[in-house]
Amino acid sequence: MSFRFKDVASLKDGLQRVDYLSDEGIAGVVYLADRLQKPVLVEGPAGTGKTQLAKSVSEVLGTRLIRLQCYEGLDEAKALYEWNYKKQLLRIQSDGSEGHDWDGLSDDIFSDEFLLTRPLLEAISATDPVVLLIDEVDRVEVETEALLLEILSDYQVSIPELGTIEASQIPLVFLTSNNTRELSEALKRRCLYLHVDYPDLEREKEIVLTKVPEITENLADQVARVVRSIRQIELKKAPSVSETIDWARTLVLLGVEKIEEQTASDTLNILLKYQSDIKKVAKELVTADGVSV
Amino acid sequence: MTAISTSEGNGAGTQAVPLELGDAILELLNGFIIELRAAGLPVSLTENLDALEAVKHVPIGDRESFKYALGATLVKHYNHWKAFETVFEVYFSLRGKEYVIAEDDEFGDLDDDELDGDQLGDQQGGGGAGENLSPEELAEMLFQSLMRGDAQMMKGVARQAVRRFAGMEPGRPVGGTYYLYRTLRNLDLDGVLERLLQQAQETQGEFSEFDQRLWRDEYQQRIDQLQKEIEAEIRRRLVADRGVEAMAKTLRKPLPEDVDFMHASREEMANLRKAIYPLTRKLAARLQRKRRHGRRGPLDFRRTVRASLSYGGVPVEPKFRNPNPHKPEIFVVADISGSVAAFARFTLHLVYAISGQFSKVRSFVFIDGLDEVTSYFEGVEDINEAVHRVNTEADVVWVDGHSDYGHAFGVFWQKYGKDIGPRTSIMILGDARNNYHAAESWIVKEMQDKARHVYWLNPEPRSYWDTGDSIVGEYSQHCDGAFEVRNLRQLEGFVENLV
Repeated sequence: MSFRFKDVASLKDGLQRVDYLSDEGIAGVVYLADRLQKPVLVEGPAGTGKTQLAKSVSEVLGTRLIRLQCYEGLDEAKALYEWNYKKQLLRIQSDGSEGHDWDGLSDDIFSDEFLLTRPLLEAISATDPVVLLIDEVDRVEVETEALLLEILSDYQVSIPELGTIEASQIPLVFLTSNNTRELSEALKRRCLYLHVDYPDLEREKEIVLTKVPEITENLADQVARVVRSIRQIELKKAPSVSETIDWARTLVLLGVEKIEEQTASDTLNILLKYQSDIKKVAKELVTADGVSV
Repeated sequence: MTAISTSEGNGAGTQAVPLELGDAILELLNGFIIELRAAGLPVSLTENLDALEAVKHVPIGDRESFKYALGATLVKHYNHWKAFETVFEVYFSLRGKEYVIAEDDEFGDLDDDELDGDQLGDQQGGGGAGENLSPEELAEMLFQSLMRGDAQMMKGVARQAVRRFAGMEPGRPVGGTYYLYRTLRNLDLDGVLERLLQQAQETQGEFSEFDQRLWRDEYQQRIDQLQKEIEAEIRRRLVADRGVEAMAKTLRKPLPEDVDFMHASREEMANLRKAIYPLTRKLAARLQRKRRHGRRGPLDFRRTVRASLSYGGVPVEPKFRNPNPHKPEIFVVADISGSVAAFARFTLHLVYAISGQFSKVRSFVFIDGLDEVTSYFEGVEDINEAVHRVNTEADVVWVDGHSDYGHAFGVFWQKYGKDIGPRTSIMILGDARNNYHAAESWIVKEMQDKARHVYWLNPEPRSYWDTGDSIVGEYSQHCDGAFEVRNLRQLEGFVENLV
């Protein structure tokens, strides 16, 4: 059994090379996922790079990323596999005249040839090492979650007509959740758990520097500070990392060198998406003495 | 790597792990997991085995990795992370030869005063040994460490401060908060914050309010950090004094889902509010599903005949009309009087969350009068504003502002009774402490006759029901159910039962 990553440090470096700044916790859990051959459930606020983590890991490994986007109403036919009904029909019709016996025919039309693989089955049956991303798993109904259980714990898919398809390689699986609903215990038990929160000041600054290369260090530092202060205010939707990056880009484009009150409040609409939030922040940021934690 | 016996029901417990880990560590981990369970975290056997497997893959000397390995395998709810952290700190901050988890652990021996003093002295540029620092010198050091944001130095200061000010005596049966309070009182962190800001202002020159706010946040963060260090130091000393199990027990706090609504602190309340949203989604999803999986409607004659044509007129496939999916209509009637004030605040958040999920929600609040507040929650982006409006604008006081359920229900029945239909579910939230007024429970009975369901949610422990002026029993005999809802777990239980 060979492992994908040598150690945590090399994984962290690898991620850094593809512009994903991880921390000890993130890299550590991904490393463990590889060692223990377990899926990782990544949870956290929107826009903290959960999906990006899976993408970056696949980039580091140089492997394919198979993605299953979850939504309400997702079912077996779209997640696992589906029989190619039309092709089966054609097969039966083209055979009709030759008088095949029924057994032969039914064996034939329920074979690999007539199977349409969907993301989950594709990840299992792939021969090359792949990274499977099951995105926003909290969007499916509780009942649909059960579809995932077999694949997550045993890396296999059972198809009644065909038997069980076992994985030829163990894919590295990431599940992401925005925590809009509590996932079932059964699912959680099968996964390693990683909570990705907003990065701390230093990391956020690094992220800004990486993603917006033309920014000065000084400005990046200020950006990170302002964002941190904003996140401390109780808001409907706190600024995410991607919004921080957008904001930094805007500031660079505007040729800002030092963030002043005025520039900050003029560009708040990039960081915040609700009018009430913008108003609140604009009010709170300029009255420094009003707020003490 | 051979297959690990992670299958459930193996039952072997810790035996399944090769003895690469020392026995002492295994034992420690075992105690650790037992404590986690005692603290209420649902740690299954599988997860236990995973954890033991995981720690084999991390360098055992690295405290942080060790923590993440355990965290990733044992803690599956973000809300539980804090509890996990506390237990972790207690279990793995020990010295003692058999428990050496981290050699590079900064915590030296407790008695090693010289070393601490020297370290600090060096950084300060040649001060005396730690023991001989005057309070002024310590304060100066504290100031410097915060100014520079020097983590190492802050650690040292924290240690010195605890040693000097906490006045800890072995075996004294007081909690950590007492020591924390004593230490903090002597440090005057608020004063330090002001000084830091002044200093920053002097060095930076011009200083807008905006800058000031940013610096304040920065220093506040550092001070919080220092406070954490102080707490950790106190905890460490307490553990050394009392032993792990006893300490873990005293530090045990209810998990967020077990926090009593009535006695929640501000911070706990904020956490609760975040947890409500997923819950209402669940509620909505359940109701939705019921609607979708409901029985089929009556036979659709026209479509059946139409379909029969493809079978030569034989009605092989009967067609049914789609059932009229009923849209659930929810009336929330909430007591917001003083006796349930904390619960009421929570209730209002719940109402707000519910109204985002259902198309028809009407909300009413009462004390001794009753008023409809549905409009306050409509199209409001800021819930706090809505709550504020409810508390100030709603006309809920009739005579004296003491709960009078009887009168409030009377008003409700008179004004809104005609709106109750067979699709309406009514949720009444309150403790039914009626100040010995007339109960008027016939109104609840009438409501039950007209509405689909009437539920009573009571924030009091069941053992208090019907004691004193509580008359919940009289009302609940006319309800489809009365539930004790004191914490999130119970609320969730109610939601599960509801549909």
